[in-house]
Amino acid sequence: MSAFLTLLFRNRLAALGAVVIMAILILVLNIPLLPLHDPDVTATADRFMRPFAEGHLLGTDHLGRDLLSRLLHGTRLSLAVGIAAALIAAAIGSAIGIFAGYFGGRTDNIVMRGVDMLMAFPYILLALAIVAALGPGLMNALIAVAAVNVPFFARNIRGITVGLAGREFVDAARLAGMGHTRIVLTELLPNVLPVIVIAMSTTVGWMILETAGLSFLGLGSQPPQADLGSMLGEARSAMISHPHTSIVPGLMIFLIVVSINLLGDGVRDALDPRLRSGALSRPRATTLVKRHGDVPPTTDDLLAIQDLHTEFHVGKRNLRAVDGVSLAVKPGECLGVIGESGSGKSVTALSVMGLVASPPGVITGGAVRFQGEDLIGAPYESLRQKRGDRVAYIFQDPLSTLHPLYRVGQQLAEAIRSHDSLSKAETRARAIELLNDVRIPNAKSRVDDYPHEMSGGMRQRVGIAMALANEPDVIIADEPTTALDVTVQAQILSLLDDLRRERGLAIIFITHDFGVVAQLCDRVAVMYAGRIVEEGPTQAVLDAPAHPYTKRLIACVPELGGGRRELAAIPGLPPVLDDLPSGCAFAPRCNKAAKSCRQGEIPLQGPALRTVRCLFPERTL
Amino acid sequence: MGGYILKRLISAVPVLFGITIIVFLIMSLIPGDPATAILGSYATPENVEKLNRDLGLDKPMVQRYFIWLGNMLTGDFGRSFSLNRPVIDEVLERFNATMILSGTSFVLCSIFGILAGVISAARQYGFADKAITFVVLIGISVPSFFLGMMMILLFAVHLRWLPVSGMYAIYGGGDLSDLIRHLIMPALALAAVATGVVARLSRSAMLEVLRQDFVRTARANGVPERRVIMGHALRVAMVSILPVLGIQAGFVLSGAVYIEIVFQWPGVGRMLVDAILARDLLVVQGGVVFVAACYVLFNIAVDVAQMLLDPRIKT
Amino acid sequence: MPALKIEHLAKTYPRKRPLFGAAPPGVRAVRPMSFQVETGETLGVVGESGCGKSTLARMLVGLLEPTEGTIEIEGKALGTADPSEFGKLIQYVFQDPQSSLNPRKTIRQVMEAPLKRLHGMAKPARNRRIAEIFASVKLREEFLDRYPHEFSGGQAQRIGIARALAASPRIIILDEPVSALDVSVQAQVLNLLADLKTRFGLTYLFITHDLAVVEAVSERIVVLYFGAVVEIGRADRIFANPRHPYTGLLAESAPVVGRSLAAPEQKGIELPDPLNPPPGCAFAGRCPRATDLCRTREPELKQMGEDQLAACHYPLEN
Repeated sequence: MSAFLTLLFRNRLAALGAVVIMAILILVLNIPLLPLHDPDVTATADRFMRPFAEGHLLGTDHLGRDLLSRLLHGTRLSLAVGIAAALIAAAIGSAIGIFAGYFGGRTDNIVMRGVDMLMAFPYILLALAIVAALGPGLMNALIAVAAVNVPFFARNIRGITVGLAGREFVDAARLAGMGHTRIVLTELLPNVLPVIVIAMSTTVGWMILETAGLSFLGLGSQPPQADLGSMLGEARSAMISHPHTSIVPGLMIFLIVVSINLLGDGVRDALDPRLRSGALSRPRATTLVKRHGDVPPTTDDLLAIQDLHTEFHVGKRNLRAVDGVSLAVKPGECLGVIGESGSGKSVTALSVMGLVASPPGVITGGAVRFQGEDLIGAPYESLRQKRGDRVAYIFQDPLSTLHPLYRVGQQLAEAIRSHDSLSKAETRARAIELLNDVRIPNAKSRVDDYPHEMSGGMRQRVGIAMALANEPDVIIADEPTTALDVTVQAQILSLLDDLRRERGLAIIFITHDFGVVAQLCDRVAVMYAGRIVEEGPTQAVLDAPAHPYTKRLIACVPELGGGRRELAAIPGLPPVLDDLPSGCAFAPRCNKAAKSCRQGEIPLQGPALRTVRCLFPERTL
Repeated sequence: MGGYILKRLISAVPVLFGITIIVFLIMSLIPGDPATAILGSYATPENVEKLNRDLGLDKPMVQRYFIWLGNMLTGDFGRSFSLNRPVIDEVLERFNATMILSGTSFVLCSIFGILAGVISAARQYGFADKAITFVVLIGISVPSFFLGMMMILLFAVHLRWLPVSGMYAIYGGGDLSDLIRHLIMPALALAAVATGVVARLSRSAMLEVLRQDFVRTARANGVPERRVIMGHALRVAMVSILPVLGIQAGFVLSGAVYIEIVFQWPGVGRMLVDAILARDLLVVQGGVVFVAACYVLFNIAVDVAQMLLDPRIKT
Repeated sequence: MPALKIEHLAKTYPRKRPLFGAAPPGVRAVRPMSFQVETGETLGVVGESGCGKSTLARMLVGLLEPTEGTIEIEGKALGTADPSEFGKLIQYVFQDPQSSLNPRKTIRQVMEAPLKRLHGMAKPARNRRIAEIFASVKLREEFLDRYPHEFSGGQAQRIGIARALAASPRIIILDEPVSALDVSVQAQVLNLLADLKTRFGLTYLFITHDLAVVEAVSERIVVLYFGAVVEIGRADRIFANPRHPYTGLLAESAPVVGRSLAAPEQKGIELPDPLNPPPGCAFAGRCPRATDLCRTREPELKQMGEDQLAACHYPLEN
């Protein structure tokens, strides 16, 4: 709770809203203590007095009643009615939503049909019909506004509940012997509650507006009782001659609603976990570069990553995802980069073309050279021209990486036309040719398919075709087969292997699977906690790993044909990236670690193309 | 396509029935004798008896509903006592004016809302984003009827640029330019809130979409950034913006009630409020059913647009 | 008496009736299947996505009502799907350890639920039992008052296992328990599971798509394809001597260090469509040995060799 408040008030606008609304609340709650005129006593002689008149701070209205007094009484009434309507609507709507969402099936269907019918009305028609039937009056306006808002809550909360009810912890609760009522109350409700609060805080302002509106129309509070809406409604006829009688209540409504909205947005931001982690920021077109230190000199590799540093700046934490990585590929070569999650392998790959999401990603050092030209910090247009054209990517999940609403042919055509000005017919022919190249059967008709109409394996072939579209020199494949079934994986791997041999492509292949690396890659680099710990020809590394981490990681992986057995495990967990130990990051989990392992910088050393970052390697290189 | 439209139209039939049932049930909440309540000050014994006979008010509720429904299906919405003419004639005439007003506002709020949302998202945390967010906040917080009144004060009373109220000038008006001059203020006042809501939603939808993997793919393919945002991202964001436009159309129609009152616009909303105050319940009943039915049809159009936009929706 | 025995267990999901015409036939996620698991055994269940392994698992723990067939645990037939009846006998460890823990409950609250609801234990007894279980899954007791998001995947999966153990079940269904984990952590969890099995005399049904993992932990393996059992055999032999061509394809497709890359299937073959299932053997479309017989008649599961069963008209020779 206190964490929530801190978070809320860190948002200055929300704090401002909170202060204003609190001030208004305190004022109206203390009305009995204030020296105010009776709000309903008329004095026709004193009508339409201007603000700052003696005895009437805000002046008087058309019946000579004190505006300040009426304003405060009206505000109290408007707030009370608006908040009451919000509470009623939230309680009833949420109950309906949770009920329908949890039980699903026919119950859900029937309940939501009814809700849809209510939502088929423009809301005010429903409110007007209710008021027409019950007769004008503040209580009836409250009922109407609450009733009209029930469907919004019901639908919103139902959506959330359906998502939660499908989560595994609900299944787990059922297996633990909990009944429906208990699951709804103890498993679902605590998770839905923040959403209800968010929905309420963002709609209560709206409901105050709606009740004010009904009163403005003369259908809410009846004379002489004043709420803000009816004050405005009564003042309308004298608006041109005596505008202050309209402006005073109008500004008050605005002030209340604006501060409630500010506060509501703050509440939403503070309660929504996705917003809290800052995840809802848009990644820029290229990764932010804030390079410190010297830029390494040019080499003659096709693509060289040199002493690359990429960090994630999340709040006050600096996660060093890539911490001085150097890699290089030559034409026709396949380099494997292997590591567990959090080792920095994907971030390294994405840094090459500035595709690390930023915020929070920042490239803080090093260089990426394509044919000698440094890509880090290159102007956007020069980077864009190389993206897909010289260096292309294949990503992990082929469903989410393809555009869901464009046909695959259109997507291929666009990839081509971003770099080449070909005619429509030519690009289409080229797209079909590409689909043939990646061995999609019946390419001529599949070119007009949408991604959702294809299987996972076919989609990944499209992903590969897209990467090949502009005949790049380098392909960076970021776990391209992880989301696929083994039989499909085998097909994709052999396709990639053929393509690279036919076309002399350089491939950087990111994976966590030693079997895949062994079959596809010439060389392999092993990463741990943002650094390369070992690099060398694939066969040499797999047969005779030099780093204890590599050795033990290989031992962890069960291999087909090994029979039933106890598996070797590495104790402990990978380190946290914003709190890396000094020295070797693997030392805390290593049985060979000595005191010298835990201090200073341990260099990557060894003969050319066979290096290890260890003081006590498993074998000398 | 044709099949989908047909399917949606057929599925609208139960919704339309539902609407009539809800209105019927609400109207049966009227305390006391319905005929007396409907007739209000016109409740002479002859009138009461005639109405009871016409509407079958002495019959059981279910039967009464079907009589009412049958009458409506043949275009008979009853007769207004306060206006002394058939309800349907009055509603049709007023609906025309409401459509001009809310249609204009709806187009304005869709265009400006989406545009503002996209710019805001593409320039997140930049000056444009902050400025738009601020204006939007004001827009969604100010009551449209107050905004309308202030606009009248400023543009009509002080600056004398635009007419104070009405739909046409009383003398010598009636052409299109006259209508437009009368339309500007109410349409803008009505559009303000909806534009704010659409802009907010478009911004968050765009931010959501821009984080998705296919945007990274497009960038990795070297697709120019303008095209990434206006093509790839907006297209997908529209899938979640479009239903909100459908809902906003309902809000625009609702807001029109206030605006029609403030600007003396001769629309359905003003008719309904006048009818409620005059206790002319048949007008209320007929007006509500008619407008709600039109809104249902409009939402079918939105669904069809959604289907055209998103191939994943199976026809 | 087997620990778990299922007979003709099947699940068909009904499809929505179109506006006009009759309802189309349902999607047969699990076709009638029968097998049993002996007490103390680990039975591996392998298959690729869409083969029905998760549907099967959910039926076994009572989260999903079978369309037909029976489930017997230690000779006791379990009736309709009622997780609280199943819960004391059979428990479930989920694939995604984070998603299987309620983000707004402490680990202690999570652990207490099965003890309180299934066994009606009093507070002191519960605390003793929780301490016992936590010790056996090698978790520190101070974790009990923390919330799920504070744990790494490996730790969260241990908590998931601890929760399953708390119900004192006879059988545990492990649904891809290590797929979401890194290899170095994967081995820790697998070894822990093996250790717990001997210690508590448990029986496991281990569902996975990873052939190497399933071979390393199971005694026998069931291979599923398109909702049906295509082969059952001993773990140490089934991949080396497959009788069903699909099992053979799986074994050849698994990437193995030291084996050169050769796609067992060169053509881009499409998988069968569950909404429009092919007649006969579902694998026929991908099978080089398929004949007209395969395309018309569904093969039965037949004994082949001493402890191997396969559903194939033309099984592979050894």
